[in-house]
Amino acid sequence: MAWLRSKLLGIVAVLVLVYLFVPIAVVAVLSFNDPEGKFNISWNEFSLSAWGNLCGVAGVCQSFILSIEIALIATLIATVFGTMIALALVRYRFRGRGAANSLIFLPMATPEVVLGASLLALYLNLRLPLGFWTILIAHIMFTISFIVVAVKARLQGMDPRLEEAAQDLYASPWQTFRFVTFPLVLPGILGAALLGFALSFDDFIISNFASGTTVTFPIFIWGAAQRGIPVQVYALATLVFALALVGTVVGQIVSSRRRRKLAASS
Amino acid sequence: MSEPRRATPVEDLNLVKLSKIYGGLAAVDDLTLTIPGGSFFALLGPSGCGKTTTLRMVAGLENPTSGQMFVGAQEITDLKAYKRPVNTVFQSYALFPHLDIFENVAFGLRRRGVKDVTGPVERMLELVELTSMARRKPGQLSGGQQQRVAVARALINEPDVLLLDEPLGALDLKLRRQMQIELKRIQVEVGTTFVHVTHDQEEAMTMADTIAVMNQGRIEQLGAPTQIYENPATAFVANFLGQCNLVPGQITGGDGDNAVLSANGFNFSVPRSRIHAAGSSAILGVRPEKITMYWADEPLPAGHNRLEGTVTDVSFTGVSTQYLVKVPWGQELVVFEQNLSLEELSRRGEHVQIGWAPGHTFALDGAEDITAGMGSHVVGA
Repeated sequence: MAWLRSKLLGIVAVLVLVYLFVPIAVVAVLSFNDPEGKFNISWNEFSLSAWGNLCGVAGVCQSFILSIEIALIATLIATVFGTMIALALVRYRFRGRGAANSLIFLPMATPEVVLGASLLALYLNLRLPLGFWTILIAHIMFTISFIVVAVKARLQGMDPRLEEAAQDLYASPWQTFRFVTFPLVLPGILGAALLGFALSFDDFIISNFASGTTVTFPIFIWGAAQRGIPVQVYALATLVFALALVGTVVGQIVSSRRRRKLAASS
Repeated sequence: MSEPRRATPVEDLNLVKLSKIYGGLAAVDDLTLTIPGGSFFALLGPSGCGKTTTLRMVAGLENPTSGQMFVGAQEITDLKAYKRPVNTVFQSYALFPHLDIFENVAFGLRRRGVKDVTGPVERMLELVELTSMARRKPGQLSGGQQQRVAVARALINEPDVLLLDEPLGALDLKLRRQMQIELKRIQVEVGTTFVHVTHDQEEAMTMADTIAVMNQGRIEQLGAPTQIYENPATAFVANFLGQCNLVPGQITGGDGDNAVLSANGFNFSVPRSRIHAAGSSAILGVRPEKITMYWADEPLPAGHNRLEGTVTDVSFTGVSTQYLVKVPWGQELVVFEQNLSLEELSRRGEHVQIGWAPGHTFALDGAEDITAGMGSHVVGA
């Protein structure tokens, strides 16, 4: 009993981690499966055929690349605008600032189905052909809010006197941004961009409304799920996860090493 | 230590009818002031007196509501902060955390397109004795070292005016004393005008050639530290710069250089040059360390102002002993006696005489509030 009590926290923690990672593990394991029938559901036999031929199923790689393209462009544009909006909201006092501050939250609070349906109505009214551009516009729209919030948090934590000091030391407004504000806010901007990329890459609901006949990766999977998901999808998903994992681990190592270096030299 | 005094002459800083109004309240109220080039000037006052607002207007970080500012003949009122020949040492320093010490100090030179920054930066780091720290980040330095980086980062630009906003406020007492001496040394060495904003009267008196005491957006008195301490013009200045005994009374006459001020039925003589009263109603003032205690039967030097009283409190503070002496009209006057003799101290309840030279007496205008500046007094903080 005493043993259980002392280990309880550890046991719960392990259970929670298992709960979080089992679905991902299942995907990774099944990416090495050679399924018996159409459905890749139960383990049959080890095979590298999907990994060896990632684009072996019609449409899978096109949709994957399309999603990456949209996510990159949407993130880039949303990050530039989101950062500018955040700067304006934190650094300047202007009429309508309070309203802008709360309106920026609205896309986050609105259910995605509603957003998607109303976007579709808008596109149809404007007679915009559905496809790449309508998906891109929708993605920029909903990622901006998240980026504004993330960059704002970083800016608010920054001492405004640093910008005053830069001005005092002959930095024009642009130089102040370039040499002081931007480098100090950059970690926040990068974090926001990563979040934006992830949100855009895996968006299904809004994309489904805005895409017409264009197929993004999530839409491809959704369609394939009706008929049996090809193993390639599992492999691509595992690949994305592995890349994210490597990125996170490298980031952690770099930052902890820098911290240790700082601690050692002071 | 080889940073030469600047080649070009240092210009005066002139503020003309400068005001800053925030929501109907004047933070700085019609301020006209000349700060001589090359001087160490202190703006002294309690928080909210307008001294920091004045400094920020000179730096260009705040726009005046009205008035003008000049450096020499050049008007800087509407000049952007980054175009002014003025640099600031910020409260809590505002060093750039992502740049190392070298780059912090080089920042101003680089922004102005100076090609070779290495020589000047190294000379400046030498001046503030931080050569070995050049490649550290600000976060790795102690408070005192950061303070010196802030000074070097501003001074390297050879500004006409260096503004210091409570530069020693974040340091502990011992380090602060050290930095006071250090800053004075640097000022003498580079010869630039230093304008130092502080609420600490000891700091202002230790460092500055000239002090302007500010209160409610206006300058109460301006002068050398000894002058404003020894001969304050207002009750606020008298109380803010240290303890002071103030007794309301009337100027009733006098002869030659001295006037007679009578208060509560006693007469005191005051040099006419130390009377700041407009009419006959006046307040007698004398600082506690100017008063000497005598035994009840001891003779006083001729012509000294004299009172009898009873000791109501004795506190030994090491350097001096602080007495409260209750005088005939019931007021308790403060007396500081240096601990020179090994004789027994006066005891509570003892009957004594107190006296002081007329030359140490001053008189304020009778309309003054004798408690002005008391609440905001800082004791060696």
